[in-house]
Amino acid sequence: MDESTTVLCRMTVNGDPRTCAVDPGTTLLEALRYRLGLTGSKQGCDKGDCGACTVLLDGEPVLACITLALACEGRHVVTVEGLAEAGRPSALQDAFDRVGGAQCGFCTPGMLVSATALLRRNASPTRQQIAHALSGNLCRCTGYTKILEAVETAARELRGRA
Amino acid sequence: MSAGEPTPRRTPGMEVPKDRVMPREDRLRPPEWEGGRTDPPNGGAFHTVGRRNRKVEGLAKVTGRAVYADDLVLPRMLHAKLVRSIHAHARILSIDAGAALAMPGVHAVVTGRDLPEYFGIIPWTQDEQALCETKARYVGDAIAAVAADDERTAEEALRRIRVEYEVLPAVPDIDTALAHPEWQVNEKAAEGNISKQVRLEFGAVDAALANSDEVVEAEYWYEGSTHAPIEPHCCVAEYDATGFLTVWSSTQVAHYLHRDLARVLGLPTQRIRVIQPVVGGAFGGKSEPFSLEFAAAKLSMVTGRPVKILYTREEVFYAHRGRHPMRLRYRTGVRRDGTLTGTDALVQLDGGAYSSFGLVTTYYSGQLLTAPYVLPAYRFDSTRVFTNKPCCGPKRGHGSVQPRFAFECQLDKLAERIGMDPIELRRRNAIGAHTRTVNGMRVTSNGFLECLDAVERESGWRGKFRRLPYGRGVGVAGSTYITGTNYCIYPNEMPQAGVQLKLDRSGRATVFCGCSDIGQGVDSVLALIVCEELGLDLRDVRVVAADTDLTPVDLGSYSSRETFMVGNACLDAARRLRETIATTLAERWGVPRGSIVLAGGVACATGDPHRFSMSVRDAFQAAESRHGTLGSVGWYQSPKLGGEYRGGTIGASPTYSFTAHVAEVECDPETGVVDVKHIWVAHDCGRALNPVTVEGQMEGSAWMGFAEALFEEQLYKPAAVGYGFGLHHGPSLLDYRMPTALDSPELHSIVIESVDPEGPYGAKEAGEGPLHPGVPAIANAIHDALGIRCDRLPFSPPAVLRLLRAGGARAAWERARAAGVGAR
Repeated sequence: MDESTTVLCRMTVNGDPRTCAVDPGTTLLEALRYRLGLTGSKQGCDKGDCGACTVLLDGEPVLACITLALACEGRHVVTVEGLAEAGRPSALQDAFDRVGGAQCGFCTPGMLVSATALLRRNASPTRQQIAHALSGNLCRCTGYTKILEAVETAARELRGRA
Repeated sequence: MSAGEPTPRRTPGMEVPKDRVMPREDRLRPPEWEGGRTDPPNGGAFHTVGRRNRKVEGLAKVTGRAVYADDLVLPRMLHAKLVRSIHAHARILSIDAGAALAMPGVHAVVTGRDLPEYFGIIPWTQDEQALCETKARYVGDAIAAVAADDERTAEEALRRIRVEYEVLPAVPDIDTALAHPEWQVNEKAAEGNISKQVRLEFGAVDAALANSDEVVEAEYWYEGSTHAPIEPHCCVAEYDATGFLTVWSSTQVAHYLHRDLARVLGLPTQRIRVIQPVVGGAFGGKSEPFSLEFAAAKLSMVTGRPVKILYTREEVFYAHRGRHPMRLRYRTGVRRDGTLTGTDALVQLDGGAYSSFGLVTTYYSGQLLTAPYVLPAYRFDSTRVFTNKPCCGPKRGHGSVQPRFAFECQLDKLAERIGMDPIELRRRNAIGAHTRTVNGMRVTSNGFLECLDAVERESGWRGKFRRLPYGRGVGVAGSTYITGTNYCIYPNEMPQAGVQLKLDRSGRATVFCGCSDIGQGVDSVLALIVCEELGLDLRDVRVVAADTDLTPVDLGSYSSRETFMVGNACLDAARRLRETIATTLAERWGVPRGSIVLAGGVACATGDPHRFSMSVRDAFQAAESRHGTLGSVGWYQSPKLGGEYRGGTIGASPTYSFTAHVAEVECDPETGVVDVKHIWVAHDCGRALNPVTVEGQMEGSAWMGFAEALFEEQLYKPAAVGYGFGLHHGPSLLDYRMPTALDSPELHSIVIESVDPEGPYGAKEAGEGPLHPGVPAIANAIHDALGIRCDRLPFSPPAVLRLLRAGGARAAWERARAAGVGAR
């Protein structure tokens, strides 16, 4: 890191106020993974193609590998580590585990974040709407079948709880 | 160049025997269990096997806690990057790293001279160096490595390393490789650019073809494709103060990596530890050592600090080892009643710059075609050539996906010629169970006919084939695949899979195994087998895997061997302990040993379970009091298999899986766009130990075949006008066109269970077989929809339009309609 350009970046990450030293060129993904120790978000391509690094920025899914850390100054970031509710896996996390939505697991953090954003704005998505919401997240293992099934399962369970 | 120790040229104890060791009649055999290994250990029903269980590492993966190689950070760790060739074929005249080494934050540079030893996954074709010493053979071939404080400094240092090249003529394709043997890509080739040639003939092919009622001859082209796991290759190496090397790598073959590290680094194997962290997908793309592991280890030895190398996505495309492009010419004969007569195959494989698994690929391109149909006479002539491109290797369905595509298209054409339903043609030629193929492979359990029945029924085939409107269609294809090979890659008589099992007084079991979970769920297979045998809950089994210090050798995750081989080893280890516990309890309670049941956390005697019952934990303690510390081992070694001829063991497997697909497509004749709506996949996996993961493998395989059929191409081109050949046409996950959730068809998986007599509880493979019929089923469906024959991959809109505009397509479609569905 170039000391002359290093600045402090303040964000709320998974509900906690965090501060880290970054360059103007440091991406949000680098800040999360290498400065804050939040390695759940994955780097699959580092150019915004695969979606494995997807996090919520003020509630909206963004690609952390092409978002500058300093653009998140003062904002709220939620990563896969912040999806659990009261220390228990969320309905989506549980459904992914139960129905086989995670094989190698590398796309899973991004998938879960994108699906979480979808279910927050649409509690009853159709299969097509789910596929659309996840179309920026590549998976190489599942053929997407069990991922779509997991999101449908979680949506059903969440509607049952409401 | 760097201040490292001199590297010895030979590695003690690592020499490979010159002569191939044939399997001996007295090689290790698995124990025979009363009642066999296919039934529940307690009699009655299974308690864990066959249930829709979660995976042991599932929660860690969905909460972001699973630790992959790039998640590892060690104190004082450096980051390294590789200098890669900008030419497809060039002599390396000099390397000047002075400017790079002068940069603050740069710690060391190593080159080919520091790692001169050749290596290669197949002992007979060791033709690679960790870093090219004298010549680069493809754009992206690694030449030097630089370690720095962080990745950015390492990247900046790369630009300051000057490599002087003498550019040589590049060999871009099969025809050039054969026409210009003097432009030799790989000096280890025995002759010109020939990597391997195999010619085998079984039965009188020419006579069989001459006596056929119909013979179809056609040429096919299978385009190359790559694995593209979402996790890029990554490793961390640490050479400690005592001279001990630890390498964490995203590999799927920790044992082979261990051996090759010793060879190339000149270290004894007992001073190296290889650990596989959680791996983010592999598909065959991480089944041999790569430059990064050797370079990181050497840089750690030189600097005395841990070193990490993470490939960029672009580097992953160049590391490759993916599907071989193949040109395949087939002549196949049939009699009017549907009996296949003779098959003559001429196959050429574009291997890229190195051998990799190519010796095996060349055999597989012919050897694995001899089921699920009876081929009364069969000849193949396969040639693999070297070209100046990234090296091809094993991608899911190694070597046999390409010939399967060609042959299943041949069958569709033959069925049309003789006016027979293509499913019926396949049924009439099915090879059946407990038989032998024309090339001497032993076939045991076989659920292929059930697979055909299932896809015919579930797809509504009879109402659709030759009956859908123009532009829509259905197609069928079948296949078989190995469940492990009967050989280790290097000749030896030791087990191919080993398991150690430890029980402790807390009521917990820990399984130690060298197996490699790459997402397919083998760790969970181990856990559920232990649960089934010892009556434990899945939460009470821990799996320690793929750590060469802690686990007995398993050869790793390739050739669909894990469930069968590791599963058998684990079943034996667990059953040995089960016998110890049952003996203890039978003695204590004065009941027959056979009456002891371990299930649901409880041990009891079936005769009087209320009187004779205790927790499994108490049973462990009782057995430990009677017999001492509780531990056991299990191993798997395949029986002697294969044909009695040179190469006759390649393709021999302890058992084979079987698959059938029906694909349904909607095509737009105006744009050439093919939309695959559904794929029905029926797969005979012997027994589904966990249906969730079996279906996951079937769906993932079918999807990968669909992606190869319509979307993906690993192509190379000139970098720009005036530059040479060899740049990847789009080395990113955007340009490579991997299908998204929106592009993908509905996948319907149907599990068929033939219960294999030698599998653990009857299980066979599910991870690769279900890919094979994917491409031909889609090609045959496109013919049903449009009347065109897609004999070249991929079936992209321009390719489909070209075929439609070639003329006669609509007439061919009308003819097929008029002929109707044919004999059923």
